[in-house]
Amino acid sequence: MGMTMTQKILAAKAGLDCVSAGQLINAKVDIVLGNDITTPIAVNEFYRAGFDKVFDKDRIAIVLDHFVPNKDIKAAEQSKTCREFACSHCISHFYDVGKMGIEHALLPEQGVVTAGDCIIGADSHTCTYGALGAFSTGVGSTDMAAGMATGTAWFKVPSAIRFSLKGKLPYNCSGKDVILYIIGMISVDGALYKSMEFVGEGVKNLSMDDRFCICNMAVEAGAKNGIFPVDEKTVKYLKGRSKRTPVVYEADEDAEYECTYNIDLSQMKPIVSCPHLPANTKNADELSNVKIDQVVIGSCTNGRMEDMKAAYEVLKGKTIANGVRCIIIPATMQIYRQCVENGYVTAFIDAGAVVSTPTCGPCLGGYMGILAAGERCIATTNRNFVGRMGHTESEVYLASPLTAAASALTGYITQYKEA
Amino acid sequence: MNTLGKVFKYPDNVDTDVIIPARYLNTPNAAELALHCMEDIDKDFVSKVKTGDIIVAGRNFGCGSSREHAPLVIKTCGTGCVIAKSFARIFYRNAINIGLPIFECEEAVDEIFANDEVSVDFDTGEIKNLITGKTYMAQPLPPFIKNIIKHGGLLASLKEAAQSE
Repeated sequence: MGMTMTQKILAAKAGLDCVSAGQLINAKVDIVLGNDITTPIAVNEFYRAGFDKVFDKDRIAIVLDHFVPNKDIKAAEQSKTCREFACSHCISHFYDVGKMGIEHALLPEQGVVTAGDCIIGADSHTCTYGALGAFSTGVGSTDMAAGMATGTAWFKVPSAIRFSLKGKLPYNCSGKDVILYIIGMISVDGALYKSMEFVGEGVKNLSMDDRFCICNMAVEAGAKNGIFPVDEKTVKYLKGRSKRTPVVYEADEDAEYECTYNIDLSQMKPIVSCPHLPANTKNADELSNVKIDQVVIGSCTNGRMEDMKAAYEVLKGKTIANGVRCIIIPATMQIYRQCVENGYVTAFIDAGAVVSTPTCGPCLGGYMGILAAGERCIATTNRNFVGRMGHTESEVYLASPLTAAASALTGYITQYKEA
Repeated sequence: MNTLGKVFKYPDNVDTDVIIPARYLNTPNAAELALHCMEDIDKDFVSKVKTGDIIVAGRNFGCGSSREHAPLVIKTCGTGCVIAKSFARIFYRNAINIGLPIFECEEAVDEIFANDEVSVDFDTGEIKNLITGKTYMAQPLPPFIKNIIKHGGLLASLKEAAQSE
């Protein structure tokens, strides 16, 4: 029987000719990732188990992004633990304040991850790199510690759901609307333990930033990973960035899928996930009476250059509604710099927004935009669980950058329409 | 190995943000983190839970963030095991990797209620409700995973494997 794209990568990394769904394997990993929240526990476990050497200093990435610049003394201690570990083991891909970005925007941008890789990261949104044609999945700190020590990880080979895309998105929709639509359709455990494989002629019409966003939220459907085939856009993106040679894997023609969903991108509408589950989706235009207090545009889901451009197109020359706080967070220093050079930052400030240096901050209720009881935020982030952005009686609505920016101007959830 | 205790019951899709809110993730210290276990879904959990007690929940328990802090605080609070209809996959592997016993059993979840006295045999997967006398069999764990749990976690099992080579 044929293998899915994910299974092809896992078989190669496990040194096997063939794997099948449900099989337990031990696979070589190309990159092991951690951040300032998950790495300290991994470091403690690494030493406690008696390890003293990492398997390869060039295959480990440690990114300080959740609570930096340090939000408090304890966060500073955690950053220090990461910094000291990275320094004592000469970790090549260590990103501190000034060089850092939100990990899942940063690693592709810097070419640390590439097509054909097997990547584990102690962060659930590690599934983002599937956009490059890699197998990439979130794990915990102990897996990170084991990965750093041995260069391997155990996996149960996943079965797959296929999403066959056709057509081209309307002007007011992006990858975010596609993935929110899918999560609304299959629910938060619709792809539990499985791969989400995106195929079809519609793939070529999705930008790399759309693909990153779609794979990023695969975990919100419970998936082990999301993955796109490698095409001309992928190759162009990787060229000049990739620090290692990309390897292209393709699903076998007779690969087995649990089911196939056909999605016509041209029929997509701006989608919003209502509290308190990403699967509680509605069309944005059904929510026009929902008043908001805050807007967050950023995160590993939507802090990339196209997201900043979308926010700029909506906000330039306009004024953010009275009583609304609008927080814009470019995901990496390169994106931040480009926003400055392109005049986006000036336009954001003139509109009444604030622009932060890269951080996960408000997305997970860490800092830099915490909500009080009764407050409501529309955010381009990825989760809207109870208390996710602050008080347990606050609410988060998830949306695309276009919808979030359009809402910032009216003070109510607003579908973006061209003037 | 087994556990015997009182049941704390929760619904579907209990996420890691309510198990351990991110505002407390500025420390890796398990004892300090455990003071906030389940805080945003059940603020009385920490004051009520006793060693050996059991969390019983619906589908997709532990969804969301990959934070290992979630199974860690549940274990550190003394919880004997978690029984759910299903687990989010990262929570599942994190629990195994740190040695927190977890079991999937739909029927038991449907028929066991808050405050019931329940015992669980970790070797056989037998779940017994001492109030009703009814027993249930959880999905057996694969030998590979049993081996990790037997060693008390992934790193200890890797260490032993390395030493025996």
